[in-house]
Amino acid sequence: MNSTLIIELIKIIGKDGVLTSPEDLAVYSYDSTFEEHHPDVVVLPTSTEQVSQVVKLAARERIPVVTRGMASGLAAASVPFSGGIVLCLTRMDRLLELDEENAVVHVEAGVITANLQTEVEKKGLFYPPDPSSIRHSTIGGNIACNAGGPRCLKYGVTGDYVLGLTVVLADGQVIHTGGKVIKDVVGYDLTALFTGSEGTLGVITEALLRLITRPEFARTALVEFNSIEDASQTVNAILTAGIVPATLELMDHTAISCIEEAMHLGLPLDVAAILLVETDGQEESSVTREIETAAEICTRHSARKVTVARDESERQGLWKARRSVAPALARLAPNKLGEDITVPRSAIPEAVRRLKLVSAKYGLPIVIFGHAGDGNLHPNILFDKRDPQQWARVEQMVAEEFAIALDLGGTLSGEHGVGTLKRPYLERALGPVSVEIQKRIKRSLDPQNILNPGKVLPD
Amino acid sequence: MSLPCNLTQPQENEYLNCIRCGLCLAVCPTYRVHKNETASPRGLVALARKSLEGELELTPNLAEQMYACLDCLACNDICPVGIRPADLALEMRHVQEQIRPSGWKDTLFGELIAKPARMEAATLPLRIYQSSGLRRLVYTLHLRRLLPTRLRDLEGMLPRLPRRPLRRVLPEVTKARGESRYQVGFFLGCAQSLLFAAESAATVRVLARNGCTVITPRDTVCCGMPTAGYGRMDLAKAHARFNIALFEKTATDVIVTDCATCGSKLKDYGQMLADEPEWAERAAAFSAKVRDISEFLMSIPLEKPAGRIAARVTYHDPCHLRRAQKVWQQPRALMQLIDGIDFVELPESDWCCGSAGSQLITHYETSLAVLERKMDNLKSTGAEMVASGCPGCQMQLTTGIKRRQMDVKVVHPIALLDQAYAREENPQ
Repeated sequence: MNSTLIIELIKIIGKDGVLTSPEDLAVYSYDSTFEEHHPDVVVLPTSTEQVSQVVKLAARERIPVVTRGMASGLAAASVPFSGGIVLCLTRMDRLLELDEENAVVHVEAGVITANLQTEVEKKGLFYPPDPSSIRHSTIGGNIACNAGGPRCLKYGVTGDYVLGLTVVLADGQVIHTGGKVIKDVVGYDLTALFTGSEGTLGVITEALLRLITRPEFARTALVEFNSIEDASQTVNAILTAGIVPATLELMDHTAISCIEEAMHLGLPLDVAAILLVETDGQEESSVTREIETAAEICTRHSARKVTVARDESERQGLWKARRSVAPALARLAPNKLGEDITVPRSAIPEAVRRLKLVSAKYGLPIVIFGHAGDGNLHPNILFDKRDPQQWARVEQMVAEEFAIALDLGGTLSGEHGVGTLKRPYLERALGPVSVEIQKRIKRSLDPQNILNPGKVLPD
Repeated sequence: MSLPCNLTQPQENEYLNCIRCGLCLAVCPTYRVHKNETASPRGLVALARKSLEGELELTPNLAEQMYACLDCLACNDICPVGIRPADLALEMRHVQEQIRPSGWKDTLFGELIAKPARMEAATLPLRIYQSSGLRRLVYTLHLRRLLPTRLRDLEGMLPRLPRRPLRRVLPEVTKARGESRYQVGFFLGCAQSLLFAAESAATVRVLARNGCTVITPRDTVCCGMPTAGYGRMDLAKAHARFNIALFEKTATDVIVTDCATCGSKLKDYGQMLADEPEWAERAAAFSAKVRDISEFLMSIPLEKPAGRIAARVTYHDPCHLRRAQKVWQQPRALMQLIDGIDFVELPESDWCCGSAGSQLITHYETSLAVLERKMDNLKSTGAEMVASGCPGCQMQLTTGIKRRQMDVKVVHPIALLDQAYAREENPQ
């Protein structure tokens, strides 16, 4: 990148927020996948105004702008394959306003989601979405990928809490969508359009988020099964019985043994699957009654053992375990490719069965865990990318995973997003008409194709 | 360009499986300050890997990223894959030293730190500054104001030094009070015994009072931590061999240290020398004997002090004690044995204070930013005293307290216990 542009960027951001050394460019080349590509420059702005000026400059020079937070993404959505500017928003991490009366919080995009939760919980409020990366991902990234998490079964996904956004458009203009109102049907829902757009339509710099009252009580049960089919059938039995647990998480044997090896929590190693069931609410009696009913249903569906966490620290331990599943898998192989296919929940047992067949067919392990309650599964293929033969098999396996999801009436991704990795399969999932409409939306908002080019939509 | 192959360098399994999940970013103090991937453990691992695999040159800037790490070990603890970014940073410093040796390190770590008498001579000006009354004069006349802020912060770190180094006054063998039940070797740490001599003297008194015959070899050299921290693993190993041989000449059941950092390094000798046939077993035997003072005291029947200390006390976990040695309950339990102490937990007690040995000198802004957060947390406790069993942490906390003009005393937990015993004999 030519030095006059660097000087211009320094004028906008300050010297401390413009990084150009080979070391800086190397560490901004990746996200949480194995993909990487160096940007030409990294900028760390501290305000919407700075972002706007940077994007104006990029528009003038037709330079790609790839926005990111803490790069915990699993679809290579923030890897700058076309070089250009990486716009890292981690320094925009102020909580601008906590409006208790309206239960709305106004934050900058770089706030770490767990910090946001801690702050609002101090006031008895609650921001429910809880991606596993909660401590190492930003709210901006969560919104840009419409992140989910275990609790979304009961509470909904990130997008369900976004009331309004401040977005820097591809020409540097700043727009504000939505507001502190719960109902709003004036015009198209641009808030929803930008949510989940993975940095391709605009740069989300601030958000107004809806909050709810913090549930006072939670009970968590660990349920052991001798077969993963029994576990997945139990999920449906619990939900059709009218209980809506906050979470219903499934882990298969490999996932369990990985966590146990990493964390030594005393998890059973001789089971085929575990369900983690949590109920929560404002009244202790109803929360307890729900977990007891869920436990009974589990026992009736051939659960081997049901253990209810006795106290908060036991409960925290279980959740720590669940959140560590994906990373802990890396103990087994140098690489893992975790997808997040989603199927109607009645199809979970069939999806699990077919995924096992794929694993057997190609001879590479697929570890299965995920948010079984909402049909969102995380099949993780373990492999060594340095072996080209393995990599070729992985690519075929991924295609088969997606085929399974689509065949069962599901879709490619429940919460990770499309990024680069799922892009080749997009048209199969959506059909040509939908893709064409989306391309037109992209063109109208970003005619020069500078915002995260080459992501989400096929060329 | 790849690195020469004859170097001592990290093995592939130390970095290959990093899946870049980013969990380590959540617990890294330097990341929390800079919010920049380059200052994160994940970034360090990527840089280490890329330079070892020849994708990046091991430039001075790359090495500097390794030196920016506080070595607080939080990333080592949280990594679900078992990667140890903090260890990797130290190993990369060693790689850098092998490629571009800095001569002054031979002098500092080979000639000065390895020779206790020279260390004492080097710290003589500090002792004179204090004992001559010059320091008091500086404070009385408010001359500190005239110092540049950085120098003022460094001056503020300085504890009250004894006129004579402890090594010269402490007997080689201190008899147990009453029947001798344990033969305890005491490792005189450089910083602890030179700068916080009163505390080390207290350590010996408390041990003797609790039935320990304390054997203090005077010729011990630095544990090796600063040496390894500056990339001279080779010299650190030499320190280790020297100390092991020295303690082999004594008959001790355990080897106790009152310095968190020394403890973590001494316990690591087994690992450090595992590849040296002549030393592996001896080093492992040595390390197996090492105990932090609070760890040891809480493992024996400890006399409950009758004296009272009425104060609200909090505790800061030294990284090298809590993470490196998993000792965190013992110092808390030890202090709560003392009547009158109103113990209050420090929020984020296990986050680094920013000292990391010499980080206040080498990375002033970052170190200070980390310290500021510690001070906010300290303030929230309303404590009159903050205890911490590490000379580096104690100096750093003192600096923070002076900067904010807070009225909080910094102590070693052992000093509190010693004081409580003393009060029982001379009640106030």
